[in-house]
Amino acid sequence: MEMYSSVPEFRVDIDRQACRLCKRCIENCSFGALEWRDNKVKAFNDRCVACQRCVSMCPEDAIALRRTPSVMSAHPIWTENARRDVFTQSRTGAILLASTGNELHEQVIFDNLLLDACQVTNPAIDPLREPIELRTYIGRKPRFVELEELGDSLRLNTKLSPALKLEIPIMIAQMSYGAISVEAHEALARAAVMRGTTMGSGEGGLHKKLYPYADHIIVQVASGRFGVHPAYLEAGAAVEIKIGQGAKPGIGGHLPGTKITDEISETRMIPIGADAISPAPHHDIYSIEDLAQLVNALKEATRYKKPVLVKIAAVHNVAAICSGICRAGADAIVIDGFRAGTGATPKVIRDNVGIPVELALASVDQRLREEGIRNETSIIASGTIRNSGDVAKAIALGADAVKIGTAALIALGCTVCKRCYTGKCAWGIATQDPELRSRLDPVEGAQRVSNLLLAWSIELKEILGAAGINSIESLRGNRDRLRGYGLDHTTLEILGVQPAGS
Amino acid sequence: MRIVANYKHYKELNEEIFQAVQAGVAELTLEDVNGQRFIADCLKGKLNIDIYGTPGNDLGMFMDGPTVTVFGNAQDGVGNTMSSGKIIIHGDGRDILGHSMRGGKIFVRGDVGYRVGIHMKTYKSNVPIIVAGGRAGDFLGEYMAGGIIIVLGIHNRAKKAEILGDWVATGQHGGAIYVRGDVDESKLGNGASQFRVTADDEITIKKVLKEYCQVFGLDLEGLLDAEFTKIAPLSHRPYAALYTCE
Ligand code: SF4
Ligand code: SF4
Repeated sequence: MEMYSSVPEFRVDIDRQACRLCKRCIENCSFGALEWRDNKVKAFNDRCVACQRCVSMCPEDAIALRRTPSVMSAHPIWTENARRDVFTQSRTGAILLASTGNELHEQVIFDNLLLDACQVTNPAIDPLREPIELRTYIGRKPRFVELEELGDSLRLNTKLSPALKLEIPIMIAQMSYGAISVEAHEALARAAVMRGTTMGSGEGGLHKKLYPYADHIIVQVASGRFGVHPAYLEAGAAVEIKIGQGAKPGIGGHLPGTKITDEISETRMIPIGADAISPAPHHDIYSIEDLAQLVNALKEATRYKKPVLVKIAAVHNVAAICSGICRAGADAIVIDGFRAGTGATPKVIRDNVGIPVELALASVDQRLREEGIRNETSIIASGTIRNSGDVAKAIALGADAVKIGTAALIALGCTVCKRCYTGKCAWGIATQDPELRSRLDPVEGAQRVSNLLLAWSIELKEILGAAGINSIESLRGNRDRLRGYGLDHTTLEILGVQPAGS
Repeated sequence: MRIVANYKHYKELNEEIFQAVQAGVAELTLEDVNGQRFIADCLKGKLNIDIYGTPGNDLGMFMDGPTVTVFGNAQDGVGNTMSSGKIIIHGDGRDILGHSMRGGKIFVRGDVGYRVGIHMKTYKSNVPIIVAGGRAGDFLGEYMAGGIIIVLGIHNRAKKAEILGDWVATGQHGGAIYVRGDVDESKLGNGASQFRVTADDEITIKKVLKEYCQVFGLDLEGLLDAEFTKIAPLSHRPYAALYTCE
């Protein structure tokens, strides 16, 4: 049966006059979109994903990528994407995979929130002259502290829970070795060390190369329990139980056997070539009581020296769930919003399941305050933190800190081509191919991520100074310093934010 | 060294055990154990722990090396995510025994509960082994990715019960389950199938059961004098065709 197969999305335009036939673009294209035919570079547009590798490698600036000029007849409901997906699935009969984050919902509530600044009645602070504190402690805080006077000094009589000491309220998210390369992992770990923050091991264990940075790594324990053993738990700065992630709430993960290389096999501790299946639930967690049991098992395993975090996807009942997680003994809760990125997820789940992190965050913070247990756990927000403005707004909505994933990868060179699941990342990030991996220099990459974190920290200080605040602590949950613009009444109510002008 | 657990909170008991191990004690006897959780959690190295009474959930979780012997029954999560070592239970074990276990051995004289050996994994020479003397509940070896489970069906207290529950080896993609006797096809979940035991399988079964019989003082010849059925995966990549790209 003859069927129309969809129009390629992009078109590779090669300026034949400028091209000096050096073939660099062909060597660099990991998606096979360029080939040497009849003594010239020939483009196969249907394979191009617009990753920009050829554009940046061409010494003559001879390549431009364009959206394909050939259009389908327009339809407001049956968009080109909707039709493309139906074509694909009618051919394959399988679940559509997708990478990065939600593409269906364009509104980002952060963009409708405005920050406050001082004018006349209270003075702004100039961060260039006065210290502004960004240091953040992640973990359970005591309800009160007992101090005893001992002559000239004071003695703290309250036993404090273990906490993570961060120089900035921005952490690097959990991304597994397997989803990304060991070079990317190393770059992120080095950046975390450079900026006094943490990165996450993800759920695939920790490559031996990463152990030297482990005091800045939060080791994850997910349903597959890959690479989880005593040395791993003892090495990390903290342990994070992954219940869910924003890009695939309620869904497990399958790292296909084709991606289980020698080193991944060693790190995950499974045979080469076998699928690494992360089941949807943890088999030992079917209730809050069971979660408490795993939290306590990990605290026992690490002799109560490390905070235990619990990560969930932001879903409808997030406030009640987080109240349970807090009572289960989690020292911090990571709430991953529905726009969070991923290496691979069923598209239908990515685009349709979960709720925005802004709303989840505000309702969880509110709920824990109402129950009088907000001090017992830290809240970390993730899923579309794109700039320091988002960081400040998330903190004002109630987060103790944020985690960044996609932004950190973009700093490493990711162009958001959305093809991580292919394992052919042209920038050496979401790939295990040795040739592609060699394109990413962990030292240079670390510097770029560190620069990004530094820039955001300086901006955060500017934001705080403008608001007349000299410590990030005073912005936490301070929704009075936010105003909503273009948001409906109910949304504002959930956010606990006044409309602009009120 | 002897520790009486009695009504101690698990934190207190485990701290005492930890301190003893730190101080170099290699032989520990715990008496009057009353459901205290996480005993031997994450303990490493050469160490013998004898337990009298009933240890609570997650006995030997993350454990890497020690030998733990329970003179009584154990509760849920024995050997959860365990790396190596040995756990011997003279009574019954309960649910998710050997969950995500990647090395070491768990020998149970009696029955085991639901979802035993779920997501066990093999890595190179680390082959986790579970032997249940009695029967096993539903979902035995679910998601099993490696290792060996043997179910013998002797010492079966609930005499009338069948040796296996339902949904055996659902989603199995590695490892093998050996059952002493026949297995009804209807017991198997998706992904697994029955196979005849090969000569290699027989060598494996004999080697494992020899040690098991030594531990519990059982007659090896008598145990081997029966047909075993092997349950193994149909594919190491059961979900390979589930996904599509553009
Ligand atoms: S990299 Fe540029 S100059 Fe070299 S072959 Fe490709 S288009 Fe031509
Ligand atoms: S990580 Fe690589 S494959 Fe994934 S979106 Fe970024 S550039 Fe594309």
